[in-house]
Amino acid sequence: MKPISVKRPTYYQELRNKGYSRRDFMKFCTMIAAYMGLESSGVAQVTNALMNQPRVPVIWLHFQECTCCSESFIRSSHPMVADIILDKISLDYTETLMAASGHQAEAAMEKTMKDYYGEYVLCVEGSVPVYEDGVYCCIGGRSARDILQETAAGAKAVIAWGSCACNGCVQASRPNPTGATPIHKLIKGKPLIKVPGCPPIGEVMAGVLVHLVTFGRIPELDHVGRPKAFYSKRVHDSCYRRPFYDAGLFVESFDDENAKKGYCLYKVGCKGPTTYNACGIMKWNNGTSYPIQSGHGCIGCSEAGFWDNGASFYTRIPNFPGFGIESSADTIGTIAVGATAAGVAAHAVASAIRKNGEKKRLKAEGEASVEEIE
Amino acid sequence: MSNRIVIDPITRIEGHLRIEADIQDGKVTDAYSSGTMVRLIERILQGRDPRDAWAFVGRVCGVCTTVHSLASCRSVEDALDIVVPPNAELVRNIMFCSQYMHDHTVHFYHLHALDWVDVVDALNADPKKTSELAQSLSNWPKSSPGYFSDLRKRVKKFVESGQLGIFTNGYWGHPAYKLPAEVNLIGLAHYLEALEWQKEIVKVHAIFGGKNPHPNYLVGGMAASIGLDDASAINAERLAYVGDLLKQGKEFIEQVYLPDLLAIASFYPEWTQIGGGLGNYLVYGDLPTNGYRDESSFKFPSGVILDRNLSEVHEVDLRQDEEVREFIHKSWYEYADGDEVGLHPWKGETKLKYTGPKPPYEHLDFDNKYSYLKTPRWKGHAMEVGPLARMLVGYARGREDFKEVVDSALAKLNVPATALFSTLGRTAARGLESQLVINWAMEFYEQLLTNIRNGDTRMADTSRFEPSTWPAAAQGVGHTEAPRGALAHWINIEDQKIKNYQLVVPTTWNASPRDPEGKQSAYESALMDTPVADADQPLEILRTIHSFDPCMACAVHLYDEDGKNLNQVRVL
Repeated sequence: MKPISVKRPTYYQELRNKGYSRRDFMKFCTMIAAYMGLESSGVAQVTNALMNQPRVPVIWLHFQECTCCSESFIRSSHPMVADIILDKISLDYTETLMAASGHQAEAAMEKTMKDYYGEYVLCVEGSVPVYEDGVYCCIGGRSARDILQETAAGAKAVIAWGSCACNGCVQASRPNPTGATPIHKLIKGKPLIKVPGCPPIGEVMAGVLVHLVTFGRIPELDHVGRPKAFYSKRVHDSCYRRPFYDAGLFVESFDDENAKKGYCLYKVGCKGPTTYNACGIMKWNNGTSYPIQSGHGCIGCSEAGFWDNGASFYTRIPNFPGFGIESSADTIGTIAVGATAAGVAAHAVASAIRKNGEKKRLKAEGEASVEEIE
Repeated sequence: MSNRIVIDPITRIEGHLRIEADIQDGKVTDAYSSGTMVRLIERILQGRDPRDAWAFVGRVCGVCTTVHSLASCRSVEDALDIVVPPNAELVRNIMFCSQYMHDHTVHFYHLHALDWVDVVDALNADPKKTSELAQSLSNWPKSSPGYFSDLRKRVKKFVESGQLGIFTNGYWGHPAYKLPAEVNLIGLAHYLEALEWQKEIVKVHAIFGGKNPHPNYLVGGMAASIGLDDASAINAERLAYVGDLLKQGKEFIEQVYLPDLLAIASFYPEWTQIGGGLGNYLVYGDLPTNGYRDESSFKFPSGVILDRNLSEVHEVDLRQDEEVREFIHKSWYEYADGDEVGLHPWKGETKLKYTGPKPPYEHLDFDNKYSYLKTPRWKGHAMEVGPLARMLVGYARGREDFKEVVDSALAKLNVPATALFSTLGRTAARGLESQLVINWAMEFYEQLLTNIRNGDTRMADTSRFEPSTWPAAAQGVGHTEAPRGALAHWINIEDQKIKNYQLVVPTTWNASPRDPEGKQSAYESALMDTPVADADQPLEILRTIHSFDPCMACAVHLYDEDGKNLNQVRVL
């Protein structure tokens, strides 16, 4: 990674300044390394990076969104993550938390864009409405699209937080009246990490940022640009209720006897079989629960177009073939779940062509015209 | 000569709010509030399955998470004549209370405190004095001189690094900051502690709804079944977890939030005279103790207060055509019958029509339409909604629990009841109702345990879950009290689909543009005469705006385009 030109204190210095011991610091490094699935040798790498690399400035934009991503981010629970990542990445612009408003806020952003051109990380929460010259989302009198393009120009990397920035989410669902557009269609030639979910899990968000600032490069991505670490497994594959699916034991209606026994929610509409996310493994809110554990099916909130997939969240993925036949369940999912199906099918061949695909994607996508989006 | 200033973005809120204000002789002489982002979720809901609506409208806001889902489920249950089991009501109440505990605390520390607390001045604090002061305020254990000394050291390093992150370009040193350095340091310490704590209380949502933000709801009850003999249902462990989280929340609110609120407020007595605004207050009420349909059982009573007259409380009926109406005179929409009429949500009709300047622009044109918010009125009156409205209505109705917390706070601050009609009154009301809510949460929790002990484990009524059981047409309204104020959703169902779906949201009441008579809504009205010491650093304007806790994503929405023939018989 190109060194950051303005001298800033390292994480280690920051921590010591804050009164943490070296031992605390090592524990943090070990936790982060384990968390990112690294071998024990990776701990040294993390330690080295956090000790020697300067803080990375971050600009965090809000467009058409509901702020659930920011809320989820502050839910991140590993002890020092909230403390360090939130405050210590040098979050130079974030409308949710920053003290300054109006032109003082804009000035803070401009300063970071100028002083750290090519070095800051741009985080985007929300989609960008492109109809009517962008009048459906204006900040400081400027359209979201303008602001995005200006801030992206000097960014080292771009993170698309949540389903809004990745896929347009609810406002892009039928009939998408404002032309809500995911950001990868509007930015060209920048490393872009998609972190979908409505919202993404807080610890996933922290993990992605930690990866960026620790290693100075983006995490390994899948064929659609999501970090493999968190989006390579289906919720169904990591679900603790999976054995009930395989055994053909299902909740038939909410709060029935089978629900009290924790049987599989497939028949009441669970979209776990067609959803790639880490909910079953990491769970939510520091491992407290996840939707299926609390009795409601997965609604597939990290999948593109999940609002428009199927008649209702309570309609099962149709043509259920029988019990416990994994390949059939996949096939059914592919047929029934429309846009998601493309993802499921493509996933099988994705790893082989991922790297080429990623390059092509970066070239092919970006700066789509309004007509193309429509 | 007046000076027109623009504040855009207003930060430390949810969403996109723009304020333009005229300043003359150090005071606001006119103010305009504009919402500048729109998503049209209500349009998107048309033709969808009513049982899914809670998930769509839940995404109206991730800060006020849960509130729209709750209102949505209630609107569908109202339309389809479904009564949820008592346990589901209790769980919804407990989630409601947890949301308040989270939302109010985060608002106070992370969205509002920096208007009152000068972070940089905290450096000048004496740790020993800070410790003595903190210990005189409460029994909170993290109050030692060493604790504050370490914190000060940490802030010093942070400031000296020159990289202030979220504190960059704040209004530090502004003459309107009045706190002693020691109080600033306590405020900063608790800013950080609140950030740690807030992620805990929402685990209540994760237990009952699977995740937070955006926990899952269910038409007919809740999806989390009670099964004392199963690890994956609501069992003794899960219930104990909830009990612990509520207890922890009670401690934080009673020992940190409330003492800080009163301590900070005591240094800003002048703010009991500023920012009062309309003086009209509207509450729909919530927290049923005998079923949602028995409004007399609500912990938060409904009602309307006009002209600050606490001796009279008017009743509210959301089904009456002449009560709640929305106008678009100054909003970027159009009605078939022109811009002067107001429509009840069940007769709602809307079409987006942006007529503002093309971006980039310097100013909006306030002689014409200037916001994506519509303008709701109650019997023609502009109303303020939110914590202050709730506390005043409870107080005016003579409820002992309300009187106790309000009178005790007024006595501690040594101010009369009229001090409530102000920016500080609004901020204080939020803390006072938190005090009520934590105790109610405990009551609901105990009641839930009692029900289960008595053998009632029902959590959902699914007898009308299947669309085939529904009438051909139905309409309903569901309401709640969101942390930011009165919230209601109106739904029309036809042929098992959503025909029309409409929300009237707290921030729409408060932040809307003017009505056809030129009357201001709550934000604009509250800003009038606000002193502004330095027009380049409009800290005082932010204080008043933040005292409302704006939520713009909620406030902006669209009604349907062909929602005219909606007067089907309500199925009940």
